[in-house]
Amino acid sequence: MKELLEKLNKSFENRIRLGIMSALMVNDSVDFLTLKELLNVTDGNLASHLSALEKIEYIAVKKEFVGKKTKTSYTVTRLGRKEFNIHLGALEKLLKQNEK
Amino acid sequence: MNENTEHLGQINEIRSMMERSSRFISLSGLSGVFAGFFAMGGAGAFYIYLQPRLYTDFANEFPVDIKMDLIRFCLLDATAVIVLSLLFAVFFTTRKAKSVGQSIWDSTARRMLINLAIPLTAGGLYCLILLRYHWFGMIAPTTLIFYGLALLNASKYTLDEIRWLGISEIILGLIGCFFIGFGVTLWVIGFGILHIIYGLIMYVRYETKPKEAKYWQGSED
Repeated sequence: MKELLEKLNKSFENRIRLGIMSALMVNDSVDFLTLKELLNVTDGNLASHLSALEKIEYIAVKKEFVGKKTKTSYTVTRLGRKEFNIHLGALEKLLKQNEK
Repeated sequence: MNENTEHLGQINEIRSMMERSSRFISLSGLSGVFAGFFAMGGAGAFYIYLQPRLYTDFANEFPVDIKMDLIRFCLLDATAVIVLSLLFAVFFTTRKAKSVGQSIWDSTARRMLINLAIPLTAGGLYCLILLRYHWFGMIAPTTLIFYGLALLNASKYTLDEIRWLGISEIILGLIGCFFIGFGVTLWVIGFGILHIIYGLIMYVRYETKPKEAKYWQGSED
């Protein structure tokens, strides 16, 4: 039990970060506006969580020009994918244990 | 115990976010039901139109002017069915999108429509080719087969049940190839009855249980 709890990743405890990671896991890349709509948060709030995830290298940022505007989109890194899967696996095991 | 609900909440959050970000889940079952009824109405109108002409002219092929008339009527009839179905689909889907918190025109919607449109366009062009060679009898089953393939393709980007609707349409279309001349009956089954059945299943499964449908808005309110 304790072992499993230790496997839970503190970086994913926040609902918004968890949401960002979940969306990135199943999409090649997701842009800022889509994330904002999905999570229903303010620009500033989303940006701070994104930069936190970027700092620990769980996600990567990609900037490109669409016409004259820049479009910022995000992808999950290999490290991020690994950490997320560990976190998800631990969650599932914890739930199974508690069911018994 | 408290911890347990928290973990469960996290898992639900993850699942819902994965679904919402990759699939267009706002498609309403009611739009299928209405599309089905319009399709049957369209078929009914076609029969009413055809009936008096059937016995007078069918014996020695259609005279050219009646043939043109018939084609014009078919086009009008089909257009009316499609336009009405689409209007109601957009209405019901917008309503559902609001309730699940998804935007009606986002990347998942676009992805779904593009994947639906590719086989559908191919099928449309193929039917024009059949028309060109006067293989009229093959047109109805062909529309069903390509429509089924389009649904199958789009199902990866929306609710899973669409996949089974697609497979049913394909099977029906293939069977229909052996029953040339029953085109309208095929359309009534494929576009009418199947749409209504699947629409009702989806409606009952996803839209009559508000609690489950809203779980992802959970943790904040």
